[in-house]
Amino acid sequence: MPTEIGGLKSALIRRGMARRDFLKFCAAMTAVLALPSRYVPRVAAALEGAARPPLLWLEYQDCAGNTESVLRASKPTVAELVLDVLSLDYHETVMAAAGHQAEKSLMDTVEAYKGQYLVVVEGSIPTKDGGIYCTVGGRTALDLVQEIGGNAAAIIAAGTCAAYGGIPAAAPNPTGAVGVKDLVNGVPVINLPGCPMNVQNLTAVVVHYRTVGAWPATDQRGRPMFAYGSRIHDDCERRAHFDAGQFVEDWGDHGHRKGWCLYKMGCKGPETFHNCPIVRWNDGTSWPIGAGHGCVGCSEPNFWDTMSPFYERLPNVPGFGVEATADKVGLGIVAGVTGVFALHGVASAIRAKAQPVNRSKVEVEEE
Amino acid sequence: MATRFNNAGRVYVWEIPVRLTHWVNVACIIVLSFTGYYIGNPYVQVSHREAYGPFFMGNMRFIHLLFAYVFIASLLIRVYWAIFAGNQWASWRALIPFATPEGRGKLSQAFRYYFFLRREPPTVLGHNALAGFTYAVIIFLYFTQTLTGFALHAQVNPGGFWWTLTGWVFRIVDNQSVRLAHHMIMWLLIAFAIHHVYSAFLVDVEEANGLVSSIFSGWKFIVPESKEELPPTASEQGGE
Repeated sequence: MPTEIGGLKSALIRRGMARRDFLKFCAAMTAVLALPSRYVPRVAAALEGAARPPLLWLEYQDCAGNTESVLRASKPTVAELVLDVLSLDYHETVMAAAGHQAEKSLMDTVEAYKGQYLVVVEGSIPTKDGGIYCTVGGRTALDLVQEIGGNAAAIIAAGTCAAYGGIPAAAPNPTGAVGVKDLVNGVPVINLPGCPMNVQNLTAVVVHYRTVGAWPATDQRGRPMFAYGSRIHDDCERRAHFDAGQFVEDWGDHGHRKGWCLYKMGCKGPETFHNCPIVRWNDGTSWPIGAGHGCVGCSEPNFWDTMSPFYERLPNVPGFGVEATADKVGLGIVAGVTGVFALHGVASAIRAKAQPVNRSKVEVEEE
Repeated sequence: MATRFNNAGRVYVWEIPVRLTHWVNVACIIVLSFTGYYIGNPYVQVSHREAYGPFFMGNMRFIHLLFAYVFIASLLIRVYWAIFAGNQWASWRALIPFATPEGRGKLSQAFRYYFFLRREPPTVLGHNALAGFTYAVIIFLYFTQTLTGFALHAQVNPGGFWWTLTGWVFRIVDNQSVRLAHHMIMWLLIAFAIHHVYSAFLVDVEEANGLVSSIFSGWKFIVPESKEELPPTASEQGGE
């Protein structure tokens, strides 16, 4: 794929896209990034003018779910075009090239655009036994991500696997899977966790980069603040029911039919930082909680291990078996203590009867 | 601090801040346990009206947070009193009886008494050695509870005041484990309260020293054979 110089404008005209749609998209992106509305023209100008930086999409231990998320758009959207004007030079799932030809084109881009191209990594990278559990064209993912990622302008870790290791890294993590940030130094890594990540956030990161010339501000886990700056619980459309104390008790009960809060069904919205309630999924139609299922915390590190059981509020108490909830163990401790001291009281009473304390010989502060 | 006592063997042991923080802690633990349990497992059915009507969880969380601030204030006052201002029985030294040979002896006495290996109760004016060590564990639980509680509260506003103070917690432990710890410590404190009240009654009966009433009045009673057995007065201790 040759890398053309040319803006979004020609691409829009070629695709027969109305300019109104383009400006609507720019306004939406400005809103996602939480920028003031005066940025809309700047976003538009930046997208129209800029050259196409090459984009390499690398897939390792993944399910291609993030690729699905990108391709899912029901109609050719402007978002798709923005990603399109990034010259997508390599993407295993969608590219036409195959075999050594494809690998050669990948390496040609790495050589020709050293320090300029963008990399999206999807999937975790196994490190155990020299990284042999994932190889592409005879080279390990570990090797590839360090070479290709290490020479990039920036890396976007798309999805929870690329960001934190995700499901392949869940206990017992047989392949020693890790996220990109653990392997690449000296190159900015933007984490876009989520299972899958929301393509709106990927587009917004690219738009931010092209408009401002810098990557968006990130938090302590390398996630853009605009997308991961508040909890799902605090932006949730069902929040009013939480504050009211109206909870779904069973699937399909009165509260569930009326859209009450899913807190008691194990919803992990209070534990999860993501903008799902605002941006939503499937062209903004719905999202998990909107569809009546609790959040499972898929965009948090180690969610598979730490957010389960998905349908309980709290994790099980370690060392007490699968069915030992915190309250069962806690009540057991309280009952045990009460029993022990009740027995102690009976024994003390018997002793006091049999052998009264000699009051005249009480020692005071043995010094 | 001056040791006050009179000829009847009455000694002023627990000063006002000690008694005050004790009862504030009692009130806080009761309120925080009820509201906290509700927040973890909202078992109360509210009205089925539109959600703008009832505000039950909101109020519970408000009360929980309010008493959390009262509790932390009480802890800070008690810590200040234990380190800088309190008398010898309020001091933090009572928490680590195992640090001195004498303390280890008393620890063993108290241990043998509770396990029916020794008849005489470990008569001391302040905390008995085993109780002192138990309070060290309880204070550790108090501070873990406060830390985890405010860390969870901080998530409402990442980058805010509490987040700056407690955000590091989530770099060490995952979110759900913080919640589990916060929940389990409640049960441990309830178990402790049962033990604490039982032991207070037991020692009150066995030592006949007015232990239970001392946390209301501050005074304890000892049964001296002669005045020499009373603890030294302030002037005898060299003005300490």
